[in-house]
Amino acid sequence: MQPSPSPQLGSSRSNLAGWLYVSPLVLVLVPFFVAPILVVLTASFFATDGFGGLTPGFTPASYIEVLHSALTLKLYLATIKFTVLTWIFTLIIGFFVAYFLVFHVRNQLLAIGLFLLCTVPFWTSNIIRMISWIPLLGKEGLINQALLAMGVIHQPLEILLFSDLAVVIAYVHQLTIFMIVPIFNSMARIDKKLIEAAIDAGASRFDIMRLIVVPMSKSGIALGTIFVVSIVMGDFFVVKVMSGGGSASVVSAFYEDVGVLQYPTAAASAVLLTLVLVAIVSLILRTVDIRQEITQ
Amino acid sequence: MSDETKGTFTSDPAGTAAKPVKKLSRRTLLKGAAAVAGAAAGSDAIRGFPTIWAQEIKDIELRHVGVSYSVVKAIGDQAAKDLGFKVTMQNLDTSAAINRFISQPNTVDIADLEGWQAKLAAKRSVIQGIEVKKIKEFDNILPIFTKGEIDGHKIPRQGISPYEAMYIAKPDATDLNDGVTEWATFLPQVYNADSIGYRPDLVGHEVTEWKDLIDPKFKGKAAILDVPAIGIMDAALCFESAGLIKYGNKGNMTKEEIDFTCNKLIELKKEGQFRATWTTFDQSVQLMAAGEVVIQSMWSPAVAAVRVKEIPCVYAPVNVKNGKEGYRGWCNGMGLMKHLSGKKLDAAYEYLNWYLSGWQGGFVARYGYYSPVPSTAKKFLTPAEWAFWYEGQPAPEVVNDPYGVPMEKAGTKRDGGSFLDRVKNISCWNTLMDEAAYMNKRWNDFKVA
Repeated sequence: MQPSPSPQLGSSRSNLAGWLYVSPLVLVLVPFFVAPILVVLTASFFATDGFGGLTPGFTPASYIEVLHSALTLKLYLATIKFTVLTWIFTLIIGFFVAYFLVFHVRNQLLAIGLFLLCTVPFWTSNIIRMISWIPLLGKEGLINQALLAMGVIHQPLEILLFSDLAVVIAYVHQLTIFMIVPIFNSMARIDKKLIEAAIDAGASRFDIMRLIVVPMSKSGIALGTIFVVSIVMGDFFVVKVMSGGGSASVVSAFYEDVGVLQYPTAAASAVLLTLVLVAIVSLILRTVDIRQEITQ
Repeated sequence: MSDETKGTFTSDPAGTAAKPVKKLSRRTLLKGAAAVAGAAAGSDAIRGFPTIWAQEIKDIELRHVGVSYSVVKAIGDQAAKDLGFKVTMQNLDTSAAINRFISQPNTVDIADLEGWQAKLAAKRSVIQGIEVKKIKEFDNILPIFTKGEIDGHKIPRQGISPYEAMYIAKPDATDLNDGVTEWATFLPQVYNADSIGYRPDLVGHEVTEWKDLIDPKFKGKAAILDVPAIGIMDAALCFESAGLIKYGNKGNMTKEEIDFTCNKLIELKKEGQFRATWTTFDQSVQLMAAGEVVIQSMWSPAVAAVRVKEIPCVYAPVNVKNGKEGYRGWCNGMGLMKHLSGKKLDAAYEYLNWYLSGWQGGFVARYGYYSPVPSTAKKFLTPAEWAFWYEGQPAPEVVNDPYGVPMEKAGTKRDGGSFLDRVKNISCWNTLMDEAAYMNKRWNDFKVA
């Protein structure tokens, strides 16, 4: 995440090489991330005439409005709820899928084949993957019909679709792969001899998991967490469709601000969300030194 | 009517393999109809250019940008064919569209605007006035738009009526002009009167009042439109209908009225009244067709799309009674962007004139929308289509949709009756309120509740 070269590397020559290494990333990040965020930051301090006109200036009014609103808190609570639930399920599923692929599939070719199979759903668009849940989860959907036919329920379950449950299902479906990939990657680098040694020394399966596999996959878990958390917190479309409009998120709220041309408040909300995400990501990075783990 | 993220009904209800064949016969039919109508009016507008001009314009490209229910590819293709220059139709949802018109005006040639967007676009100086003298059919545009009345009936001005947004005093004026002038902000091209769609088999009685949408009988089976600016007006129509409140102006509520409306919505949501809210055309079709809801605010072609699936669905006639009820009207028109000049501007005027010359009016009529110049649209409709869509009479024969798929059986009548019955019962128009920012915030309270 933070590709700046270590300053203590010594000679100016390796320093130059370091800068050359990061230059492609800098070339991408400056025009496509730094510049837009500066524009948003500037706009967040402007005043508006309510008709899309911006008056250059420096007023904290938009921040005061956003921070004073009970709505902001509710939106963050709703968004964090989705984030945490999605994170837990993608982590559990992603971890065990990666574990299975690395430790239980003996044939490496087969493991890679199965790994690629996990990416098959991603050959279609995000929207199609999401919408295809509707005929399955709906009131007259397959699950309800099956349960009704078996006599398990007498009324179709409404909670399956257009609910928080549906939102989480869609997120987990979309994002588990972002957990599988980095965890698979770090697990694959665990030396199998280490596990054999542990078995020989009488460690139980649980101990191996607890003392070897989990600690050594930490970097993968951290990377996957960063992906999942930032995607869920930055999304609004899944919430909109899968909750049937019954829920909102931080981003959906400021998207609607843009719709009524309230640019400064939308910009202020966006800056706030960026700060929150930066804080979360740096907390995650504090728990694990990703640079060290990756270059190991 | 508003947001559409990606659904377009142009591709939706008619997914049959027989399409190209049908299309062919439709075209032949149109040609025949045009011929019968005589060389009278339409044809000189369509093919009347000197050859030299035709040479010069063939490199021109017009980009017509707007929402998918109004900016339709099939219409652009036909215009390009008739006019000899390139027409590109680009679709965005309502909020993306107005944002693009305002922030990147030079990437658009013809902006497809609702009344309130025309007001904003004029205010931001991104459009230029349309010289009404150059519009051939201007005098035949219904007085709903040009004078704010029809048949002696004054068109209500709750919200922003098309008439209200139509004129500016000078071509570069930024404020709307109350009263007729020589300069128009936008040229109306398509409009309709929106109400509630319902499943007659499951609702069990005829719906003529908005309050049925919030009737506890339909708890968990009702849905409402989730585009704040117009969703709140649908809600207001419901609450007014149920006698809970009387609004000064539904189209421009005070903060207190917004609070009342949103609090009531939150209350209803907590009681479980709404199964969902919807934002795109396709979502509303799906909610109804999949049996998720039995009653919801809806758009006319969406009702038709449900019916094509052989699922009964009625578009409620919500005629004005005792100062309550009524349809929510909307109208999209074309605005000329400020940067247009020279030959491109000439081409743009040709395009506007083509739009009102009838082909487009006939096309949109077949999914239930109206043309501001019905007299030209009539030439492109069969007598049966005209009787069904505009006169509200029982269809003398099977009525097809714009792509030739049979849609209504012989003998069915259009919900809500004739054109005049429907438009005279419009009680408010799509709008952006003065308190839009506050309203938006409260709407989000409803969403997150």
